[in-house]
Amino acid sequence: MSANLIALLIEATGQTLYMVAISTLLGTMFGLPLGVFLAISQRGELLSAPWVNKVLGLVVNATRSVPFIILVVAIIPFTRAIAGTSIGTTAAIVPLTIAAVPFIARLVENAIREVDSGLIEAARAMGATPFQIIRKVLVPEALPSITLGLTLAVVSLIGYSAMVGAVGGEGLGDLGIRYGYQRFMPDVMAVVVVILIVLVQLVQSIGEWIAARVDKRAPKGRGQ
Amino acid sequence: MSERAPKGASIVFETVGKAFTKPGGGTVSAVDDVSLTVEAGAITGIIGRSGAGKSTLLRMANGLERPTSGKVLVGGQDVGTAQGAALRAIRRDVGMIFQHFNLLASRTVAGNIALPLEVAGVPKPKIKARVADLIDRVGLTAQADRYPAELSGGQKQRVGIARALATEPKVLLSDEATSALDPKTTQTVLELLKDINRELGLTILLITHEMAVVRDIASHVAVIDNGKIVEAGTTYDVFTAPQHPTTRAFLSGVLGVTLPTFLKDKIQDTRPVGPAEEVIRVTFAGKHATDPMLALLTRDLGLQVNILAGAVEEIGTRPFGNLLVSLDAAKGADARAYLERHGLLTEVLGYVG
Repeated sequence: MSANLIALLIEATGQTLYMVAISTLLGTMFGLPLGVFLAISQRGELLSAPWVNKVLGLVVNATRSVPFIILVVAIIPFTRAIAGTSIGTTAAIVPLTIAAVPFIARLVENAIREVDSGLIEAARAMGATPFQIIRKVLVPEALPSITLGLTLAVVSLIGYSAMVGAVGGEGLGDLGIRYGYQRFMPDVMAVVVVILIVLVQLVQSIGEWIAARVDKRAPKGRGQ
Repeated sequence: MSERAPKGASIVFETVGKAFTKPGGGTVSAVDDVSLTVEAGAITGIIGRSGAGKSTLLRMANGLERPTSGKVLVGGQDVGTAQGAALRAIRRDVGMIFQHFNLLASRTVAGNIALPLEVAGVPKPKIKARVADLIDRVGLTAQADRYPAELSGGQKQRVGIARALATEPKVLLSDEATSALDPKTTQTVLELLKDINRELGLTILLITHEMAVVRDIASHVAVIDNGKIVEAGTTYDVFTAPQHPTTRAFLSGVLGVTLPTFLKDKIQDTRPVGPAEEVIRVTFAGKHATDPMLALLTRDLGLQVNILAGAVEEIGTRPFGNLLVSLDAAKGADARAYLERHGLLTEVLGYVG
């Protein structure tokens, strides 16, 4: 493999990491509060608003029903309005984020709903405001699950990022298609796949390590 | 933390009712027309079976549940209608401990105790000092940096108690706080609650389904059945002269004075025709608890008395005796009159033909 190709592979890996990192960041910024709200706005919960909850739930489901490749193409005007252009790596972050938000929201919602309702009751009995309950009880208690959920989201986004070549987004997936498939260079395809496998493994391991670090639910080492 | 003056607040339930709407329409009444005054600075127990409404009643004292009728006053403030910041201010005056502790798994012992102070907006250095004080108070200094998962049940409840005391409340609500603990740990936790009540003078309202808990720490007791208070008074009076069948049922478990099985199967409510034995529960209270009354009964009335079961108990420091006897049914009324003249309490349990 030529030095030229190696440089391309390194560049593509960087582009993939860039797209995934920014879209994860933005996806969490919007998805975390949305997920918390979805969890606590159900009937009888902390901020009961069943109708708003239903409408938001529908929007989230609708977004998640659209296959990613169709989402990428369907929102091109929106992407252009946000990013100034509809092609390129930076533009690809828009559809990636749009896909990440509802996904992360659902993961966060599930994590928050797993928090023992007794803790919410205890916090209410202390005179905590709903916002204090979210910040000091729900999110910290759900953090191990949220961390694992975000790991899952990052892995999915690495997969999605391979599709954004369709709108001129670059990265490992695009490189694999253009060189490995269209120019019939199986060695490039193989290296791309190996890099992706290594990336996913790394993300998964790091995610699990962080989740274990923040999880204080089971005693580790220090006995009773 | 050693101020002597009682700083507890009273809790007054005024014809309180709580009805829940059933999913399919209609309502279920969990608490029904309850009027009860919980004295400031006292330990009061509410005892009832599961589903009797005790938990709902307790939760109305800090607004976790809202009454659908009547009023709930804590230290004169109406909890039932308080909203927002006013309700949160009342809640800071009312600590609560729970059967399953409800500690944050993500926080250490110190962190859990600090939570209500953070919520109340206490400055950090003050929180640190107060938390250290409280940890010392409940004897968990060595565990301050441990997480709840590393603690035993008794230690967890101590954290719960310290957390409930953090904001220096006037009232402590206890929701079956010892029900998940073994008997030995239960005793140590009850002792801690007693100490706190004595030293801080705060009012403790506890709910339980165990009469032993009431006997061991409560000065007052209310019995709840089907959402209604069926009996209330000082623990001593209720224990020595229970009026309601539910109270008696609870007491029979804790007094250890029950009918032998061979009699239980034969006993009937009405006196049969012909010769029969009357089964009586005799309660010796106060100074009579140790009198040799049965010997006197035999001497003065010439009666043969069979002792079926008996024990002497203590509530607080006051002893009382409980005796099940049987005697000739024809002379039952005389015997009971004699005993009551001498300050004892009697109750006919039934007859054996």
